[in-house]
Amino acid sequence: MSTHSIIMLRRNFKHIARNPTSVFNAVLMPIVIMLMFVYMFGDAFNVGVDYIDYATPGLMLLAVCYGLGATATSVNSDMTKGIINRFKVMDVSRAAVLTGHVIASLLTNVIAIGALIGVAFLLGFDPSASGLDWLGVVGIVVLLGFAAGWLTVALGLAAKSPETAGLAAVPLVMLPFFSSAIVPAEKMGPGLRQFAEYQPFTPIIETLRGLLNGTPSSTDAMIAVAWCVGIALVGYLWAGSTFKKRA
Amino acid sequence: MTSSAIEVSGLRKAFGDKVVLDGIDLDVPAGTVFSLLGPNGAGKTTTVNVLTTLMKADGGTVRVAGHDVATQTKAVRAAIGVTGQFAAVDELLTGQENLQLMADLKRLGSGEGRRVVTELLERFDLVESAQKSVSTYSGGMRRKLDLAMTLVGRPPRIIFLDEPTTGLDPRSRRTMWEIVRELVVADGVTILLTTQYLDEADQLADRIAVLHQGRLVAEGTPNDLKRQVPGSHVRLRFTDVAELDAAARILTDATRDDEAMVLRVPSDGGTRSLRALLDRLDEYSLSAEELSVHTPDLDDVFLALTGQPTEVVAK
Repeated sequence: MSTHSIIMLRRNFKHIARNPTSVFNAVLMPIVIMLMFVYMFGDAFNVGVDYIDYATPGLMLLAVCYGLGATATSVNSDMTKGIINRFKVMDVSRAAVLTGHVIASLLTNVIAIGALIGVAFLLGFDPSASGLDWLGVVGIVVLLGFAAGWLTVALGLAAKSPETAGLAAVPLVMLPFFSSAIVPAEKMGPGLRQFAEYQPFTPIIETLRGLLNGTPSSTDAMIAVAWCVGIALVGYLWAGSTFKKRA
Repeated sequence: MTSSAIEVSGLRKAFGDKVVLDGIDLDVPAGTVFSLLGPNGAGKTTTVNVLTTLMKADGGTVRVAGHDVATQTKAVRAAIGVTGQFAAVDELLTGQENLQLMADLKRLGSGEGRRVVTELLERFDLVESAQKSVSTYSGGMRRKLDLAMTLVGRPPRIIFLDEPTTGLDPRSRRTMWEIVRELVVADGVTILLTTQYLDEADQLADRIAVLHQGRLVAEGTPNDLKRQVPGSHVRLRFTDVAELDAAARILTDATRDDEAMVLRVPSDGGTRSLRALLDRLDEYSLSAEELSVHTPDLDDVFLALTGQPTEVVAK
């Protein structure tokens, strides 16, 4: 990494440290949702296994998504307030400016998921994953965070204002609810069910679920990785061209 | 130095169907202040964006500090500093950290970086709030910090200031003006500033170009521009039409505005000619509701050049 990348990254980390509410939101909301689903609705869903074991992988994904609003907002305020223009005129590369945001976003994700898994264990989460499976879990989470991070950076760059940028990330926050995160897709009504089965988050969640159960499915994993790579690529290219064009 | 800092010819830029710049020619001599004056939407920011390499032009040539902005981007960037329309400061960092960030990006060593940062904080009177988060700064302080950030490292030869005082209170505006003047005198910097305030251009600029709907409608010194409008006059406002008619009959060189019930009488504004005018009104027992002496300002220039008053054009 160039020195510029390191300077940008340091700036993004400082932002996270200075703006604890955004991290708090990213960390706390998934935990609140977890408590809500496990204690209030969990008994109502018959998923065949302990609900906490079923829901944790989906909630991990939700935790990634909750961090995205803050990323979109902070990228957009850099853009609209002219900070990115200032960096451009100083010949700071696009890679340095944007990678800083993506890595900061990823870091927030990792913190949120770490906290979530900690609480899940307190609630009786009992995964049967081997060390290698856990490594797979970490890999998928980081890949997803990276892909979602690039897409969010692109959304943030393209949005007109920080408010619309925050709003643009909302579909990403909602998407996990329409996947197999909270209830199995086959329990959903027609239409919604097909959507849930084919949307990208379902194979990602199923991969995590398989890994945590100690029964990884290579088909799910391949689809999950393909989606992540695809999303990352779209986000990366979109972000790159918007960065270049917009002033 | 008599060479040109900025040379622009035939600059064109459109966004989709909307032509924003329609053939702009500029020549800014080094070491001078040049002001682009125009209302919102005239194309000022777009011009700055093209001149500072942030946007590509659709046509025309632009040379900044002797380098072509399209092909020698790096050389241009090394010679310029830009202070955008909004204070481009990092709100979550302190004033000092903002400056330090610039010093790091410019790869100043840690010792030199610290020295430069301290110097700029002192110069811009920001020492007291240096350790405070910029989110607590006033608009004037943000602008000052913004400009200070532009000066970190090897000071730029050409500085672009896009509406440097928009939204500032009168006192902060004056401070900003003094800073700009000092940059030119002390550092020999060339400045291109955009503004929608006519008095600002008048105060600061050696030359002014008036931008209107993507075209330059006039260019010259503030005095050149003022010469293009009718001279000073006395404005008489009446309350009834009969009196206005009567006054118009005796003051044959006046122009009348029926809607505002106003007569504009050419006058040098001196006491002698004023007394003569009043005597003449007295002679016919006429009295105006209100009298004001009007010397032309840049508002009149704008009206005369574009046929539209600034208030109507500006949003």
